[in-house]
Amino acid sequence: MIEIDKITRLYNGVPAVDAVTMTIETGTVTVIVGTSGSGKTTLLRMINRLEEPSSGEVRINGESTLTIKPHILRRRIGYAIQGHGLFPHHTVARNIGAVPELLNWSADKISARVDELLTLFSMEPETFRNRYPGELSGGQQQRVGVARALASRPDLLLMDEPFGALDPVIRTRAQDDLRRIQKQLGSTIILVTHDMEEAIRLADRVAVMDSGQLVQHGTPAEIITRPATEFVADMVGRVERPLRLLSLVPVSELVEEGVAEGEALPVEASLRDALSACLWTGRAAVPVEQDGVLVGRVTFEAIRARARARAHP
Amino acid sequence: MNAKGSAGALSAPGILFAVLGLAAMLAPFMTLAANRIVAGDAIVAWRLAEPGVTLPGLLSLAAGLALGLLAAWPRIRMAGAALGLAGLFWLLMAGTPNLLAGAGEYARVSPAAGFWCLLAVFILLMSDALGNLAPGPLARAALLIAALAALTLVLWSGALSDLSIMQEYAGRKPAFIDAFVRHLGLAFGSLAIAGVIGFPLGILCHSRAQLRGAILPVLSFLQTIPSLAMFGLMIPILGWVGETVPGAQSIGIAGIGFAPAFLALVFYSLLPVVGNTVAGLSAAPPAAIEAARGMGMTQRQRLLRVELPLGLPVILTGVRIVLVQNIGLAVIAGLIGGGGFGTFVFQGLNQTATDLILLGALPTVMLALVAAIAMDILVDLVRTTPEATA
Ligand SMILES: Nc1ncnc2c1ncn2[C@@H]1O[C@H](COP(=O)(O)OP(=O)(O)OP(=O)(O)O)[C@@H](O)[C@H]1O
Ligand SMILES: [Mg+2]
Repeated sequence: MIEIDKITRLYNGVPAVDAVTMTIETGTVTVIVGTSGSGKTTLLRMINRLEEPSSGEVRINGESTLTIKPHILRRRIGYAIQGHGLFPHHTVARNIGAVPELLNWSADKISARVDELLTLFSMEPETFRNRYPGELSGGQQQRVGVARALASRPDLLLMDEPFGALDPVIRTRAQDDLRRIQKQLGSTIILVTHDMEEAIRLADRVAVMDSGQLVQHGTPAEIITRPATEFVADMVGRVERPLRLLSLVPVSELVEEGVAEGEALPVEASLRDALSACLWTGRAAVPVEQDGVLVGRVTFEAIRARARARAHP
Repeated sequence: MNAKGSAGALSAPGILFAVLGLAAMLAPFMTLAANRIVAGDAIVAWRLAEPGVTLPGLLSLAAGLALGLLAAWPRIRMAGAALGLAGLFWLLMAGTPNLLAGAGEYARVSPAAGFWCLLAVFILLMSDALGNLAPGPLARAALLIAALAALTLVLWSGALSDLSIMQEYAGRKPAFIDAFVRHLGLAFGSLAIAGVIGFPLGILCHSRAQLRGAILPVLSFLQTIPSLAMFGLMIPILGWVGETVPGAQSIGIAGIGFAPAFLALVFYSLLPVVGNTVAGLSAAPPAAIEAARGMGMTQRQRLLRVELPLGLPVILTGVRIVLVQNIGLAVIAGLIGGGGFGTFVFQGLNQTATDLILLGALPTVMLALVAAIAMDILVDLVRTTPEATA
């Protein structure tokens, strides 16, 4: 558990982060969203003491971070910096292996881990291992940056706009990969973004920042249905609220007996996908399949009813 | 020369070199003097010896200049430069004994304007061709060694030993070797001391902005003192130290000699060493430094693993500047009894003996050139990052 306790950071007397208090459960993904300059990066960097708080403190499992030497603390916490920050004079493999190297892992163990991570991020180890960052595309650099943060399997992972430079296709895949890895390892992730879509997709809890203050901290559904301030409502986007809500619910929740025409959707798809399919093909229902076997259908009517129920519980 | 029609095929510098080279071929190639002090008679290249002997040399000069015109083939231009240089030395080696024959016991022959101009033209042609070829550091090292070996061979063969400058050398072998050792001692020794002081100082300045603000202006100021004045200033200062500090004189600290020259060179070296160390260390991308901090590297680890390797090319460039600068400046040591090649230069100036001046100046230039090329190779070798860095 990570407790952020009335943490404040002043720059020339002006607070960049203003008395933020927030508790983060172990094994969850917290996404900090906010506009540019709202203090997201500063808040994140105070957790691993890259920035020292002007007042307040952070406790990890009850232990104040102020009691640990900064460099020791940081070795335990994965950090993906905003805009990769790779070492230009080291190969991809050495970059990814940087933290394990600091932790004195054996060379074999490091190289196995490097290959594992490259594969995970859809980068052929043979091709990429010995390249230099300058020989990668922006998106590849960013994935290597994220892989570097994951390398030592830290329990806590801080990520500052890790997917900013990725195209929508790769971005969605990287988000799914991250979510999968996180579930597998049970790590705690605090991720910064200014993209509400990404926040809702990834988060167990969303923290919305506005001018240095934490204006709301809650589940994605809470943020969408009960925005605490006008600012949060604007961030979510009023017209998109029903769609964002539907994107949180998997089709499996509304599957019913029966048949339907046309192409089937997998059970993991969201109700938003199902709605989209209905609208696009003019169908009143779409078939649902699990591992290639039809398991039923989901109807337009059911989606509509569900959307209303969630919006006005 | 009809350059317009075929400008695409002709190299622009090649045309310039050909024009200059042809003009230089008409200028006096060597001089023959009755003794080492008087001015001599100028002799053009084709009068150096029998036409049968000079013709191959003249032809290879012309051929070298012509090959230098071919813009599209830098290798051939390179070969042209080599051919031209060979022709130059051929003429020199053929002309020397021929001119001396029956010219009297004290007669002296030396290369004249034509030779020096052609030498410059072919060296420039070679470096231009090399610039186009852009060979890797190892290929450049091989070329440098080959060139030095060729020069050594020519000197060793004795074919040039009747040249005036070589006669000056023959009369001063021990003094020459002593000057050489002293010169190296002054240039490299002052660099080493400047490194021992300058690198740690640079690292300190890098991590402490206040220190940087205090030290760099002082070093900049030292750099602006004219060299003669700096060497002159060292005389009273070290003279005073030598007289007042017990034991100082016994380790060679006195107003004139090696010590003041050495100290002056150290002062001149500090700014490039410290300045380039600071610049090199701050060349690392800020995001990479942040990432290094973020992953838990200590300040020392950041320095050793990120900042130093990324800054090494810039730091070594500082060393290169110092080395070339000190090899040149060490000549002035000759003026205050510090030894080195400057001794010959200033003796020659006193005696108006040009060849003696050259005996000091030519090795200095060669030394500086070799040091510059060798350091460039080294800088390239430590540049581990590929050119493209996003
Ligand atoms: N070192 C600093 N000195 C002075 N002001 C700073 C410093 N770092 C950040 N700030 C200010 O603090 C505020 C918050 O900055 P921060 O980097 O945390 O924003 P952010 O939410 O991460 O923005 P972005 O989405 O653009 O990355 C900004 O107004 C910024 O100008
Ligand atoms: Mg930021």
